[in-house]
Amino acid sequence: MKKVFSRPKSLKRAPFHYCPGCGHSLLHRIIGEVIDEMNLQERIIGIPPAGCAVLAYFYFDIDMGEASHGRGAALATGMKRALPDRVVFTYQGDGDIAAIGTAETIHAASRGENFSTIFVNNGVYGMTGGQMAPTTILGQNTTTSPGGREERRDGFPVNLSEMLAVAKGSAYIERTAVNSPANILKTKKAIAKAFRVQMEGYGFSLIEVLSPCPTNWKMEPVEACKWIDEVMAVHFPLGVLKDITGDKKDAH
Amino acid sequence: MLIKTIFSGFGGQGVVMMGYLLAIGGMYEDKNVTCLPSYGAEVRGGTANCTVVLSTEEIASPVASEPEFAVLMNNPSLFRFQNQVQSGGTIFLNSSMIESRPIRGDLEIYEIPVNDLAKQLHSNKVSNMIMLGAFIKKAGLVSLETINHALKDTFGNRNPTILKSNKTALLLGYNYLE
Amino acid sequence: MPKVLMRGNHVVAESAVRAGCRFYFGYPITPQNEIPEYMSERLSKLDGGVFIQAESEIASIHMVIGASMAGGRAMTSSSGPGISLKQEGISFLSALELPAVIVNMSRGGPGLGNIAPSQSDYFQATRGGGHGDYRTIVLAPNSCQELANLTYKAFDLADKYRIPVVILGDGMLGQMMEPVELPPEVQIKKLPHKDWILTGAKGRPSRFLRSLILDPFEEEEHNWKLMRKYERITKEETKWETSFADDAKLMVVAFGSAARIAKGAIKRMRDEGLKVGLIRPISLWPFPYKAIKELTKKVRRFFVFEMNMGQMLEDVKLALEGDGEVHFYGRPGGIILTPLEISRVISSYYYQKRLG
Repeated sequence: MKKVFSRPKSLKRAPFHYCPGCGHSLLHRIIGEVIDEMNLQERIIGIPPAGCAVLAYFYFDIDMGEASHGRGAALATGMKRALPDRVVFTYQGDGDIAAIGTAETIHAASRGENFSTIFVNNGVYGMTGGQMAPTTILGQNTTTSPGGREERRDGFPVNLSEMLAVAKGSAYIERTAVNSPANILKTKKAIAKAFRVQMEGYGFSLIEVLSPCPTNWKMEPVEACKWIDEVMAVHFPLGVLKDITGDKKDAH
Repeated sequence: MLIKTIFSGFGGQGVVMMGYLLAIGGMYEDKNVTCLPSYGAEVRGGTANCTVVLSTEEIASPVASEPEFAVLMNNPSLFRFQNQVQSGGTIFLNSSMIESRPIRGDLEIYEIPVNDLAKQLHSNKVSNMIMLGAFIKKAGLVSLETINHALKDTFGNRNPTILKSNKTALLLGYNYLE
Repeated sequence: MPKVLMRGNHVVAESAVRAGCRFYFGYPITPQNEIPEYMSERLSKLDGGVFIQAESEIASIHMVIGASMAGGRAMTSSSGPGISLKQEGISFLSALELPAVIVNMSRGGPGLGNIAPSQSDYFQATRGGGHGDYRTIVLAPNSCQELANLTYKAFDLADKYRIPVVILGDGMLGQMMEPVELPPEVQIKKLPHKDWILTGAKGRPSRFLRSLILDPFEEEEHNWKLMRKYERITKEETKWETSFADDAKLMVVAFGSAARIAKGAIKRMRDEGLKVGLIRPISLWPFPYKAIKELTKKVRRFFVFEMNMGQMLEDVKLALEGDGEVHFYGRPGGIILTPLEISRVISSYYYQKRLG
């Protein structure tokens, strides 16, 4: 009988610790599949963040080096410059990349550092208990924006990917989501494209993934997936924000 | 023997180069040397100075509070350093640019109009080398030959024209004082 | 090899390259700017050389982490205010047991302070400003030649013990020129193999480097492991130098620039018949506690001289364990005393205590 579904080779045989309905588990699997399909397990190095995905090295069966909070882009810069023929990616949450690590990220993109970033946007600081993130949308309730994010008190959310698309050194920026089978497939294609962009030496690539956090959103998983489509994606529209490769076949 | 010399002038007058060449010369003559240029905000366009210590013994401090020699290229340098020079010490002053004269009677003063002399060579850029030549002759710390050697090692690989004009200027200064 | 006249900052940079450093990440700050300037030129001409002027001190230390994880010899340099910003990365380097060299050409502080030479970062260097229970090796050169030797050695120590090594200089050492005999260039391919680096899991199981250890028992074991390493370093790498110690009635304790000035002062006093000696810690961590304690068998009085308000003083007191008498004289803010000035202070203490 033909095997149609199995654990990706580049994932360890460890059950995920993530909450039910969390997007991280899906995204780990997607990245694992891409690594397998592109045959990268022996030449890829991942840089997990501080945040819910901090333990990613327990799940990925690839070389991984932990970064401190927000510094993934700087660490990846040093690593990729030292190992230009390997594939290097950071895996960062919204607080990590769009608050404490903004400077590192914008400058790495501006220098055109040739690594890829998976930016998981769930609009909250998940690991610390659901505080307001730089990407918390207006009106969204968190443990530090009681009554909902209010622009005069809390300021506006940060559209980091749009900013990075402006950076001269960025090569490929796309925003996807993991809230439906169709979006999951698009996310997988986008990540594969980001790695390819890196392997072809175009420069900085980033895939922002809108990802459900039912626990901190205080929603059922299905409701959370719907909320991404109906509310979150209005503020963070899905699609390709930048592509300098001139590559049409990946457009979707 | 431990001799301290301070070179001072405007940024761009080549005072650090004078100190550098003297220090290299001292090194070639097997002396212990330190050379401490002034640094930071003050050197960016303002006054610059450079302290050189030559010694037959280990040098404790590259800073000279009471130098034996002061080589002064502009007026502010004269005001700043004339009272720091040791009693019995020597001042070399650029008489093309310094109008005042030290008020102390316990110093030996040499006046060298280096900018005017440099006009003879059609290059204002070598005025520091003219001064260095005069200094070498009277201070007697290192030989002219050694400084020529230091010049060659510093400029020889980079630009033979600059080396030549610097050597000419050095000799002009050396021969200026009796 | 013939000697060359070089500025301290250039000596550090050239010696680092000769030690096999191919990765430099930094940010401009006086009085160490000649290090990144030199490195930008030198590394661009070397195969595999990488220089990045980072967007911040924080980014630069994390670039060092990345290059170190990948197995390269990596360094950064700065001065006090910049080193404060790098402390996060130094804590992570320590936790992750990554080799790195961090140069501090220190200046007057706190705050922006000034750019004059000062030793006010002794606590920052030896205690660490980062979080957690860690140590870094701290080496304190006192001349351009020692800048060369200790920078060169720092890379070997960093690799040998998988530990960050701090070179604590100051503005005077960074800016002054002295004749230097440069160390030979190492062949990078001949450096010892590192079996822990991240290069992609080819032909071996995958590896990970992390500092997050949630289980307290595991984290405790990690701390004990670090502690055992620190004990080994203390045993094997404590370095100091004594001068005029044999018949001394008063021992001056000083490091770095202050030590060379003190030595000049002591020579003057010796000429006048005063029996004063010098002990100069070269490794500030590990600190030569035993060597100083040992001196109390012959000397009862110690004179600590620092270009700060009394920081190493605390280590000297710890070393003496209440034995003997300690006097402190310090000049903070970037003041450089002359040997004559400090000799007056020391000899006045010498006579007050009726040692002569």
